[in-house]
Amino acid sequence: MFTNNNKIFHRKKIIIIFVICAAILLFLFGRLVYLMVWRADYYSELATQLHERERSIKAARGRILDRNGTVLADNKTVCTISVIHNQIENPQEVIEVLSRELELSEEYVQERVEKYTSMERIKSNVDKATGDRIREYDLAGVKVDEDYKRYYPYGELASKVLGFTGGDNQGIIGLEVVYEEILQGEAGTILTVTDAKGIEVDEAGERRLEPVPGNDLSISMDRNIQEYATQLAMQAMETKQADSVSIIVMNPQNGELYAMVNVPEFDLNNPYELPEGTAETISSEEKQNLLNGIWRNACINDTYEPGSTFKIITAAAGLEEGVVTPESSFSCPGYIVVDDRKIRCHKVAGHGSEDFTHATMNSCNPVFITVGLRLGVDNYYRYFEEFGLKQKTGIDLPGEAGTIMHKKEDMGNVELATVSFGQSFQITPMQLLTTASSIINGGKRITPHFGVSALDTQGNVVETFSYPVQEGIVSEETGATMREMLEMVVSEGGGINGKVEGFRVGGKTATSQTLPRGSGRYIASFIGFAPADDPQVIAIAIVNNPQGIYYGGQVAAPIIRQLFENILPYLGIMEYNQ
Amino acid sequence: MATQRIVRRKRKEQTEYFFDYSLLFIVLFLLGFGLIMIYSASSYEAFDDFNDGAYYMKKQLIANILGLVAMIVVANIPYHFWERFALFGYVVSVGLILLVMTPLGVESHGARRWIEIPGIGFNLQPAEVAKLCMILFLASLVCKMGKSVRSMKGFIMMLVVPLPIVLMIWKVTDNLSSAIIVLGIAVFMVFVASPDYKKFIIMGLLGAAAVALVVFTIVNAGDSVEGFRSARIQAWLDPESQAQDKGFQTLQALYAIGSGGIWGKGLGQSMQKLSFLPEAQNDMIFSIICEELGLFGAIAIILMFIMLLWRMMIIANNAPDLFGALLVVGVMGHIAIQAILNIAVVTNTIPNTGISLPFISYGGSSVVFLLTEIGLVLSVAKRIQLKEL
Repeated sequence: MFTNNNKIFHRKKIIIIFVICAAILLFLFGRLVYLMVWRADYYSELATQLHERERSIKAARGRILDRNGTVLADNKTVCTISVIHNQIENPQEVIEVLSRELELSEEYVQERVEKYTSMERIKSNVDKATGDRIREYDLAGVKVDEDYKRYYPYGELASKVLGFTGGDNQGIIGLEVVYEEILQGEAGTILTVTDAKGIEVDEAGERRLEPVPGNDLSISMDRNIQEYATQLAMQAMETKQADSVSIIVMNPQNGELYAMVNVPEFDLNNPYELPEGTAETISSEEKQNLLNGIWRNACINDTYEPGSTFKIITAAAGLEEGVVTPESSFSCPGYIVVDDRKIRCHKVAGHGSEDFTHATMNSCNPVFITVGLRLGVDNYYRYFEEFGLKQKTGIDLPGEAGTIMHKKEDMGNVELATVSFGQSFQITPMQLLTTASSIINGGKRITPHFGVSALDTQGNVVETFSYPVQEGIVSEETGATMREMLEMVVSEGGGINGKVEGFRVGGKTATSQTLPRGSGRYIASFIGFAPADDPQVIAIAIVNNPQGIYYGGQVAAPIIRQLFENILPYLGIMEYNQ
Repeated sequence: MATQRIVRRKRKEQTEYFFDYSLLFIVLFLLGFGLIMIYSASSYEAFDDFNDGAYYMKKQLIANILGLVAMIVVANIPYHFWERFALFGYVVSVGLILLVMTPLGVESHGARRWIEIPGIGFNLQPAEVAKLCMILFLASLVCKMGKSVRSMKGFIMMLVVPLPIVLMIWKVTDNLSSAIIVLGIAVFMVFVASPDYKKFIIMGLLGAAAVALVVFTIVNAGDSVEGFRSARIQAWLDPESQAQDKGFQTLQALYAIGSGGIWGKGLGQSMQKLSFLPEAQNDMIFSIICEELGLFGAIAIILMFIMLLWRMMIIANNAPDLFGALLVVGVMGHIAIQAILNIAVVTNTIPNTGISLPFISYGGSSVVFLLTEIGLVLSVAKRIQLKEL
């Protein structure tokens, strides 16, 4: 049957089949070489990503240090408790232990334990002792990861300036927000090899990408000055039963802030605590509003009518423009008529005949209105803008409020008159202090700031921050005249209570009535600087709604006097008489 | 090969019959290797599901022993004994396939492809029976047709006869891959039986054109065409675009192959078998071989298959008659097609379709019938009189 003739073509065909099959198999081998050599990196990378489960390790957040290196914001070790659904062997025990140790409701824990996710966080910021206790139970599927929690050694100190951090260690308010990038560092990762169901493969071990700690932030605040200013503010708030008291202390030459106090402060280690007596039934929105109010930094987030302290600006503009000199003489009958309005001086009987220096010492409204009118709307508005009052100060704190000012085209003589003595417009206390600094330092518009430099963990300077300075706001001569006049205000005028024995202090008081007029609510304030001939420190105290006597000269000036009595020697500012 | 040299040296004086130990050794090697790889690939999941890491390996070992017994029995029966059952086998195939639709049919993995053999708890895949029966039936048909094979009528007849079975496997058991294998076996056998080349070249070109046309339409038409298969084609062209769906298995296999690299991760070190690649011991076992044993493990397996085909080519070429030669060609075609398609699927060279790797993949009926076919080949080899060489 299988004849020789047949055999030949059959054999040939069988060989062809074999050759074709072998060739295809070799082609497939080539394809394997491509996949396993050229594409190996690509696929193994993807496979590794698939096999590894990530757990992040928080980076230690950078500390915040005051100008002397005192730690104002630190980290302490806390634990994050999480559960891995697939690894839990005894859910009932896990729920029971976790709810008991973490003081959470069983339903809350149960919901999370039963949730089918790769990893579910039960609670973070658990203190280390509790974390260690939970670890000792050795429950399958429960992970205790250590990380860092922000800790503020001084509690309430400078709370509205420093700010605090949230559950993920991110800044919520204050410097913590502004310097987030410097402070936060880079989170690390623990990579665990797991199978497709998320169960760890024991022998594969862990791979760690170490976190990079954040840089420390060195700020210009002086803890001692801040503490002392806080004490003074608290004292004033209590004795005057005021709503709040703010104090800012700054170096007028470069804008470095030594202190910024807003009492009542709040506890940075417990920022979500509501004041005692708050109804527990309030909605979460109301609660948030309440907290936002507590966290507000009145020095920069709120505006107010500066009142007489603003006469510094009117005087400087008048002197610079040459419409007035310290010797110019005026007469105050106790009021002045502008267009059809009669605007009263605070001294109803009038100051009588006085030169400009004395008018400043007396804080005489009609004189300053006259100076304002002499400048005219155009000039006044120009100076207002040139002094930088329409811009924000650029301070390194979040949420700075802008100036509320008349539009130029809406400004008539009456508006001009009220602006001249600090009414009918609103600026922040920080803005006022910055502008006053720019005048008395001889015309340098400085940027107020806290941040000085970023330091690495070894304390080496990584970055030094620089801030814009605008020169020539006023002439050096105007600056000198203003210093002399403001020194007179303190030595012999309305700011006599700000006088510090043995130091040359300049300053200006203000008593402004808050809107609506006639409510009987006042803001007493005082700006003081020293030494008067070469200012090294400038401070403002603002007492909001004091009871009883409400004059700035009586309420606010003593605060600055006490402050200066202590901090001038501390700062090493030479005594005048020596 | 050594045997060949020995054969040449002895051809003058001897009239002994030939037993192909090389073939047997290759098959045994593949079986043993398969068991090791099944254990490696399945133990993790087997332990999870049955609390016994060797669960799948033990089941496969039993099937292997069963298959080897069948092989020895068949190898010792002269192959012409089976010629009389050719038509009967064809009818039995049809019957078994139809049985799938009766309550005896067993559904698994979303397809109804198995029938339960009552009493022994062993599920039989009729398609495996059909492959063996098709080889036997076509070999006997060609011999009966004699010279008329060369006529056009004979050629068409040889092509038409397997079609009912092919279509039934495809449509009744919804098993495209087995249908393709049966068709492929038939084409191989007809190719060897017919002296013509032209017809086959034309057929090949037409087939290639048809495939190209299908792919082209699906790529252009997007999702609108017949959901299941078009998604499969798209998953083939870009598995990452369907990573969670049709491309999932392919992509997982590629991860396994790619992460094996040249040297592999070492036996037992596969990550992908940890439930990432579902049922790694089945159709995708070759990717685990690649991951654990690397490029060298893969080439070793491919070379073993080439050697296996080569031994069968030698036997077919020296078979005492056309019937024997065609039987061997059929088996050779069966193993070749399955090995090629399996490796092609695993490497995403062709669209994903379920085809097991002969002798290595987990699967009882498959290995029993493959070993029976090897028994046939050995039986043919035994009839080769060394003198005739």
